[in-house]
Amino acid sequence: MIPGSFEYYRPDSIANVIELLGRLGEEARPLAGGQSLIALMKTRLAAPEHLIDLSAIAGLKGIRELGGEIVIGAMTTQHEMIGSALLAKHLPIIHETALVIADPQIRYKGTLGGNVANGDPGNDMPALMQCLNAIYHIAGASGEREVPARSFYHGAYYTALEPGEIVTAVRIAKPAAGHGYGYEKLKRKIGDYATAAAAVMITVADGVCTSASIGLTNVSETPLWAEAAGQALVGTRLDEAAIAKSVVAAESITNPASDMRGPAEYRTKMAGIMLRRALARAKSRAHG
Amino acid sequence: MAKTHISLTINGAEVEALVEPRTLLIHFLREQQNLTGAHIGCDTGHCGACTVEIDGMSVKSCMSFAIQAQGANITTIEGVANPDGTLSALQEGFRMMHGLQCGYCTPGMILRAHRLLQENTNPTEEEIRFGIAGNLCRCTGYVNIVKAIQYAAAKINGTPFLEAAE
Repeated sequence: MIPGSFEYYRPDSIANVIELLGRLGEEARPLAGGQSLIALMKTRLAAPEHLIDLSAIAGLKGIRELGGEIVIGAMTTQHEMIGSALLAKHLPIIHETALVIADPQIRYKGTLGGNVANGDPGNDMPALMQCLNAIYHIAGASGEREVPARSFYHGAYYTALEPGEIVTAVRIAKPAAGHGYGYEKLKRKIGDYATAAAAVMITVADGVCTSASIGLTNVSETPLWAEAAGQALVGTRLDEAAIAKSVVAAESITNPASDMRGPAEYRTKMAGIMLRRALARAKSRAHG
Repeated sequence: MAKTHISLTINGAEVEALVEPRTLLIHFLREQQNLTGAHIGCDTGHCGACTVEIDGMSVKSCMSFAIQAQGANITTIEGVANPDGTLSALQEGFRMMHGLQCGYCTPGMILRAHRLLQENTNPTEEEIRFGIAGNLCRCTGYVNIVKAIQYAAAKINGTPFLEAAE
C-alpha cells in the first residue's frame, strides 16, 4: 500500500512548525512517531498534502523534573519513557502503561504527544493522563496555552486542539511518595487496543484511602475520568463494599461500542474487572 | 511529485539516493537498493517481517518513510553476518535450532533479536517472548525461535547453551 503524494517538511523549531501549519492550512498534518498516521495514509483514510515531521525539534524531546512536576516532551517515545529512571522513580504507572502499548518496534517510534493528541479512544495514555490530572502544553499561532487532559477530549478524534496547534509537552504533578498505582489492560493479543483498561492512582494513610483517581480506556468515544468511582473509595479502607461501589460507578459512565472486541455489555463489565485488578495492585503497592 | 535527495548509511556503506516523500522505507530498501531481505508481510505494521535496525532502534520499515531516514544508520539482514562472511551468532542460532521453516519472518526476527540482545545480553525465555512480540511467525510456534535466540545469547556471552528439556 502506497500513500498519496505529499510535500515533506522537517522544521527544526516549534516556531517553524507553527508557521508552516498556519501557512499550509488544513491540508497539513504534523507527523510524530507516525505509527498511527502512516498506517492511515497507506490506506488513504488520511491524505495530507503536507506532512510536517516533528522529529528534528530538540525542544519537543526529553523528560525533565521541574520542582514538584515532571514535564515530558511531546516527541518522547514510549521506549524512552520505559527506560527513564526519572519516571521509574516518580511515575512508575507511566512505565507500566507504556509497556502494554503496541509492540517493541512501535514503542521505539510511537510518542507520548502523538498518543495523547490523536484523540483515538483506543490509545492508552489519554485515560492515564486524565487519571494523573496531566496538563497538556499547546502551541499555536496565537501563542501557548494549557489544557487539562480531563477537558481535552470531546469525541473520537475530536479534541481541544485548534487547527494550527500542536501539543508540545505534558506536565504532571509528582504523586506522593508511597502512592499506589496500577494500569490493567484487557487485550486480545499484544499489539491490540484495549477491550477495556483502567488506570488507578491512590494514596493511603493508616489503612484509609486518602485520595483516588481512576481513568478508563476505550470504553467510550473518549477516555473517561471516573470521578465518582474515585470518590467512592476516599475515606474507606478499600474494603469489598467500597470497591463494589466504585466499580458500579465506573461501569455506569461507560458507553462502549459493540465491535470485534466484544458486545458493549461485555466491555462495560471488563472495564469493571480491569478496575478491580488495577485497584488490587494499587492497594498492594501503596504504603503509608 | 519532486524527488528529494537523501544520504544515509546502509550496512556500513554510504548511500545517496533520490526519493519521493511518500516512498516507504521498505520499498526504498527492496526496490531502489535491491536489499530484498526485509520482507513485506502484512503491510500494516503488525507482523514485523519488515523490521530493520535504524540508529539503535528496531523499526518496522513499512511504517516509516525513506525520507525520514536522512542521515540514519540502517542495518538490514544483508548486513548482519560477520565481516569474514561467516554467520553471526543469531544466524547460526536460527540454523542450529531450526528457528525457521518457511523463513519469511526470519530477517525481521533476527534484526529484532539483534536489538533485544544489545539491550539485554542474557534475557529469560519470558523476556525473549515479550521482546519479539512484534514479530509474527506462522510456522514454528516460536519454540525454536526462542531457542535460537538463547543459543545466540550463550554464544555471544561465552556461556554454555543448555537446551531446555522438552
